[in-house]
Amino acid sequence: MTNSQASPHGIRRQWHRFSARERIMRTSFHVVVLIAIAWSLRSIEIFPEFLYDAPQQTADLFARMWPIDWAWYPKVVHAALIETLHIATLGTILAVAMAGLVALLVASNITHSPVINAFGRFILVATRSVHTIVWALFFVAMFGPGALAGTLAIAVHSIGFTGKLLSEAIEDARPGPIEALAAAGGSRRAILLMGYWPQVKPSVLAIAAFRWDINVRESAVLGLVGGGGLGMALDTALSNLYWDQAGLVLLVIFGVVIATEIMTAWIRAKII
Amino acid sequence: MAARIGWNDMIQGISQGKARVSSHRRRDAFPPNWPMRLVLVALATYVIYATTVIDLSWSRFVIGLDQGARFIARMLPPNMAGDKLDLLFNGMLESLQIAIIATIVGVVLSLPLGLAAARNLSPWPLAWMARTLVVLFRTFHPVIVAILFVKAVGFGALAGMLALVVASVGFLAKLFAEATEEMSMKQVEGVRATGASFLSLVVMAVVPQVMSRFIGFSAYQLDSNLRNSALVGLVGGGGIGATLFTAFQRFDYDFVLTIVLSVIAVIMVGEILSGWMRRLFQ
Amino acid sequence: MEVPASGQPMSAGPNAAPSLVIRNLRKEYRAGEPVLKNVCFEVTGRGMTAIIGPSGTGKSTLIRCINRLVEPTAGEIVFLGRDLATLNRKELRMARRQIGMVFQEYNLVERLSVIENVLCGRLGFVPLWRTWSRRFPAGDIERAFQLLDAVGLSTFATQRADQLSGGQRQRVGIARALMQEPNLLLADEPTSSLDPKTSVEIMELIANRASERNIPVIVNIHNVALAKRFANRIIGMSKGEIVFDGPPTGLEDAHLVEIYGGEDWLE
Repeated sequence: MTNSQASPHGIRRQWHRFSARERIMRTSFHVVVLIAIAWSLRSIEIFPEFLYDAPQQTADLFARMWPIDWAWYPKVVHAALIETLHIATLGTILAVAMAGLVALLVASNITHSPVINAFGRFILVATRSVHTIVWALFFVAMFGPGALAGTLAIAVHSIGFTGKLLSEAIEDARPGPIEALAAAGGSRRAILLMGYWPQVKPSVLAIAAFRWDINVRESAVLGLVGGGGLGMALDTALSNLYWDQAGLVLLVIFGVVIATEIMTAWIRAKII
Repeated sequence: MAARIGWNDMIQGISQGKARVSSHRRRDAFPPNWPMRLVLVALATYVIYATTVIDLSWSRFVIGLDQGARFIARMLPPNMAGDKLDLLFNGMLESLQIAIIATIVGVVLSLPLGLAAARNLSPWPLAWMARTLVVLFRTFHPVIVAILFVKAVGFGALAGMLALVVASVGFLAKLFAEATEEMSMKQVEGVRATGASFLSLVVMAVVPQVMSRFIGFSAYQLDSNLRNSALVGLVGGGGIGATLFTAFQRFDYDFVLTIVLSVIAVIMVGEILSGWMRRLFQ
Repeated sequence: MEVPASGQPMSAGPNAAPSLVIRNLRKEYRAGEPVLKNVCFEVTGRGMTAIIGPSGTGKSTLIRCINRLVEPTAGEIVFLGRDLATLNRKELRMARRQIGMVFQEYNLVERLSVIENVLCGRLGFVPLWRTWSRRFPAGDIERAFQLLDAVGLSTFATQRADQLSGGQRQRVGIARALMQEPNLLLADEPTSSLDPKTSVEIMELIANRASERNIPVIVNIHNVALAKRFANRIIGMSKGEIVFDGPPTGLEDAHLVEIYGGEDWLE
């Protein structure tokens, strides 16, 4: 099939995609990955009986969920839904405010001390690494179960992402207008308000919308540990093993998530 | 993030137009930005309304702060006792294993699903089905999915792993599909004209365009799975989550702090590793 | 009718079988508004056929219909004895292997190296695992290097395609098309994105390499001077139909007016 002709020198020229060093590194990586998989699989216990049972259990699960207990909606779920939405929204607003302050600390064009930058970055990493649910556990222990704990958990956890994105937006600001304001003798407040803020404003809305979308999803589950909202309804249903009520809550969560996705897509289209 | 201001600009223009109409008065250099003020007022109103609706009162907050101080006192110093460290180690190990497998399986499964969901490569009915599947995977929080899997396959790491696989596939397939839809079709057309099969086409024309972004997504997903793997234990999915929850319920707050700190440490290590991985494959 | 095997030179004698026969080709992007109306022509033997005409007249659509990058609405496209319009996906891929194509915007995979782009020409012939691991047969790699020599890019083999200039990228595109050892070469406005000097070089390259291999070339081009200089047959299109078909010497001003409609606005 191939018309192979020897080159005039009698030696065939060769080509390899990766240099020898690259190939060694890539192969080592693949080997490491395979070892990781093998090691992880061996240690995870998989009970064969449970596995064989799985299709039957799943069918049983769906059978118990149907018919959905619609009557429970007006009684409990609706209020829980509203509460969840408020938790998500308030939490996002609070997060943007707090993250804005931290972002100012982290952005190297506003705060010039690397020590403070590092401190700000540590706050961002720490708040991000602790999951919202774990924060909720803390706050429930502090403030008691309910929406207060949930809102604070959402707010604190969101600082991580929101702060990072905001600090990047600030660092992306064009230096031209800032220099002009400083040269004209503007105070720090003036520079922040008139130089940085107009450039960062559209990003703030986009970041807030993006985070709100995620926060709605997270708020829905916080109730499982006492953070209020739909999660608490779900927890109640599950504790009583009322799968039809649980199914209702899941359906509502599904609907809310779709609705917020559509809304955020609309908002982002408007901005971009 | 370069953004073009759309309607915001328009509204500003309108408000400035209003200022211009009353130009017989001395022109204000910075006319009050009415739309912006409106937004702020609306925001403030909402905050007040919402806090009342969900019963967020200042007094509760202040009481809570007092609790919080006591809390923090009980958390420090973190508990490093031998038997606790054993528990910690085993739990973290299991969480790590869950996260690793879930990410790898998630990456492998999301490639075909993401391709199927790309409307510029996939026939319309297939793309529609794939997209619906992806949306389904992404809707529910991993914790909820873990609850369902615990019912289906029993307590333990398997349920947690499956829940994270679902979350990973949902995230990665969506981003992969978006990256594919944004790629240049000219490059694809060039390879298509040589008579390449579909898979060869993907390998030579699609993958080079989207691979670096996809690796970034996968690294992010590993980080996310590390965080979530610590959680699924809360509902019976194995890993450190169960240990954490038990410690909480037994008021072993100093142990809780140890656990939280180790999770943060593992995530930071994971970030460094994924940075290396990204550079390796660039 | 004899069907020549791939890579065999074709005789240009009067009794030779035509490489490509287009009959009653029609393409409508929107129903009732045909971009190509009833196009018929034959291409026999070696030599360059240049299709000229104003933008929007269907030249690019015509070229792309030949290898079905655009699906024709009706008509026959008989290539090496088979009607391409009726082939299923697998057979179409086999047929496309025999047709090399050069694009206006080069259509190279920008993140791949030059040699990988040339080797793309063999994708229709090698199994998937070789593509994935980039372990192409040694003979293919040697041929790729030879082709790079032939287009004057020997030293660029391992550079990324997006680091090359426009003219260099087009040379890679030509090498890729030739790598397939095709029986027909198509070129869709190969010089429209290039400066005048490079345009001449590219047209020369296409004409010479194709005639060396005894394969016909069909080129879409809007530069009439280049068409007259390099082609030995000119097809002029206007509003989706062929209005001129003959040697460059026969192309007169009156024909150009009919093709490009130059004097309409004067009337």
